[in-house]
Amino acid sequence: MAEIPTNLTANPPVNAEPVEMLLNMGPQHPSTHGVFRMVLWVDGEKIVDVEPHIGYLHRGSEKLCEGEQYHQVITLFDRLDYVANFNNELVYCQAVEKLMGLEVPERAEYVRVILCELNRIASHLLYVGTIGLDAGAMTPTMFAFRGRERIQSVFEAVSGARMMHNYFRIGGIKEDLPDNFEQLIAELLPLLREDVEESDRILTFNEIFLTRLKDVGTISAEEAIDFGFTGPCLRGCGIEYDVRKAQPYSIYDRFDFDIPIGLDGDCWDRHWVRVREMYESLKIIEQALEQMPGGEVVSSLGRRLIRPPAGEVYMRAENPRGEIGVHLISNGTDRPYRLKVRPPSFCNLSAIRRLLTDSWIADSVVILGSLDIVLGEVDR
Amino acid sequence: MQGLAPLLAVGLVDVIWMVVSLLAMFTGLSIVVLSLVWLERKALGRLQLRLGPTRTGLFGLLQPVADAIKLILKEDIIPNSSDRAIFWVAPVIVALSAFMIWVTIPATEGLVLRNLELGLFYITAFAVIGILGLVLAGWGSANKYGVLGGLRSAAQLISYEIPVIMVVVAVGMLAKSLDLRVIVAAQEQIPYVALLPLGMVVFFIAGLAEVGRTPFDIYHAESEVVGGPFVEYSGAHWSVFFLAEYINTFAIAALVVLLFLGGWSWPFDAAALAWLPSLPDIAWVGGLLSVIWFLLKVYAVIFVVFWIRGTFPRLRIDQLMAFAWKAMVPLSFYAIVITGVYLFYDWPAWTLTVMSLTGLVVVGYIVYRKMMEPARRIAEIKARQAAQVAERRASRQAS
Repeated sequence: MAEIPTNLTANPPVNAEPVEMLLNMGPQHPSTHGVFRMVLWVDGEKIVDVEPHIGYLHRGSEKLCEGEQYHQVITLFDRLDYVANFNNELVYCQAVEKLMGLEVPERAEYVRVILCELNRIASHLLYVGTIGLDAGAMTPTMFAFRGRERIQSVFEAVSGARMMHNYFRIGGIKEDLPDNFEQLIAELLPLLREDVEESDRILTFNEIFLTRLKDVGTISAEEAIDFGFTGPCLRGCGIEYDVRKAQPYSIYDRFDFDIPIGLDGDCWDRHWVRVREMYESLKIIEQALEQMPGGEVVSSLGRRLIRPPAGEVYMRAENPRGEIGVHLISNGTDRPYRLKVRPPSFCNLSAIRRLLTDSWIADSVVILGSLDIVLGEVDR
Repeated sequence: MQGLAPLLAVGLVDVIWMVVSLLAMFTGLSIVVLSLVWLERKALGRLQLRLGPTRTGLFGLLQPVADAIKLILKEDIIPNSSDRAIFWVAPVIVALSAFMIWVTIPATEGLVLRNLELGLFYITAFAVIGILGLVLAGWGSANKYGVLGGLRSAAQLISYEIPVIMVVVAVGMLAKSLDLRVIVAAQEQIPYVALLPLGMVVFFIAGLAEVGRTPFDIYHAESEVVGGPFVEYSGAHWSVFFLAEYINTFAIAALVVLLFLGGWSWPFDAAALAWLPSLPDIAWVGGLLSVIWFLLKVYAVIFVVFWIRGTFPRLRIDQLMAFAWKAMVPLSFYAIVITGVYLFYDWPAWTLTVMSLTGLVVVGYIVYRKMMEPARRIAEIKARQAAQVAERRASRQAS
């Protein structure tokens, strides 16, 4: 029988000279948000060093994409960031459309934006719930999940699925919205605004929550850029960077919304940015509903077998977690030659060692929660 | 043999009576725990937009019974690497200390297993023993989370033991006794919460920490140390810890009621109730009513505990310790000092109330502003955010 290695890692950290204790956190720890594993070198309650281990959810999505037809790849993108399915579908569809030079019908663009922004709210609501759990409060989860459930039932009415919708198509969307969609969303929006406000009130300025999160996991703007931070994590550092404004895609240049930014780049600022973003998303949805035209929802080219011309394209979009990038290389066949995803969670997670070193064990959970990672996207 | 003679002289009737009464206490407390589990699940459910248990019995009343049966029937896993003796004995110690406290807590004048003149001393002494069980449980389960949780519990419980004891001393000084029945009798006119509100606040908060309730549930924090000392326990072993935790919560609530809320004494005197149809003059009717009144008060306090659990996040270990040593301990010493001054100079009762409230407000304010800093923080954050918004608006207009 092979001897079980006692040291869990090949390269022990340099600054952990007197190793007090080695604490293995995950992959089955309740607050590692999936199957993430951290090996913590702890000195009492202080973390001396940390080694993150990813890959427990690796499914080879990028390689799988090479074996699927262009339309079939959409289902794989649903499963990357499984909390923000529509946003993932959008960036892939747009990459192919950009490669083919395909025009998307107006109505389809509006439907896409509405669904993506709803999905952003759903994702941030999930975040509010989990950060509450990480900080030890059970109730925000339930409050946040009520709003999330409402959004998901609208998604179900639209696409037939609560998650993994497979609804966007290259050149549009699968089919037009259900007849009662306007009524559904008219009922949803006021309730949703209430939910967002409630999940804001229950946590954001709560004294204990504030003391737990403020000045914890602080990262400067320069470092954040060096680590490749995007999304709320970067904006929490006070940098006004949002792909929807910096490089407007789809029809985002037609809407009036703000980019909330934080002050110090700590956990609380990241939390605050996400909470404010939910209000901004609501603003976008309301504007989009007003402007939404009728007409076709998928271009005629999109109904056929997709064969983009040989070439390569890079498309970026703003996911709830940050900037997602798709690098697509086509060789003229009906399947992608190579597809590379730049997942926001992965880049945000790369700073985990910098953020956790010299923090408390209790903080490690909150910091990880404030990065809001989705392991499906980190591991792909 | 000479020394054992008095022990051997204990009659058979005494022994039987002792066993029966202990069994009665055990049964009574178990029923109380079942009711607490139900109340907590129901209350938390309502606070969290859920219904709580509904399927088992009327209003889900049988849910705790189902839980208990499930827990007892589950396989009791003992990890191979654990220290078996310690692993076995730890839950026993915790449960023992929890049950022993109740030997001397009276539910009404006559309903107490063995009234002790040093009742409060006995209670505080036995409360400390539970810590040993928690540390042993963490150590014996040979799990790093268990060790962390066990050490956290040692640090936390010992720190919060001090304010609890100090407040108990202050109350003992006021009543000039540590006998709980005497203390309740002394509150016949004015409950001590009116005299020593500071004491009640400190005792309640420190008590929450003593039993590891939110926001002080640090040693078994689910999201950090995954249950802490209990991480390796399952089945019946775990349910013993669970039982002990709820009995301790009940004990803290009962002590709050006994020490500060007047125990089983009614807020009205007999004359004010004269208009009521006179009760049959049987001894146990009055006793039963006072037990019910006492339990109502205790459950009201416990509901606050559950309410807090449904509302607050958890503190961090350093914040918890800082809170204990910088706020709770000084406040509890202050309670002793003002009680001493009040008793020594024999001032009127309202002076103690004033001194107590002043201490609460002043120290509370200092804690709120200086130590936890959230108030200043919130103001500062809001101001900076407003400045940031204005700056961005200006730069946008300029461009």
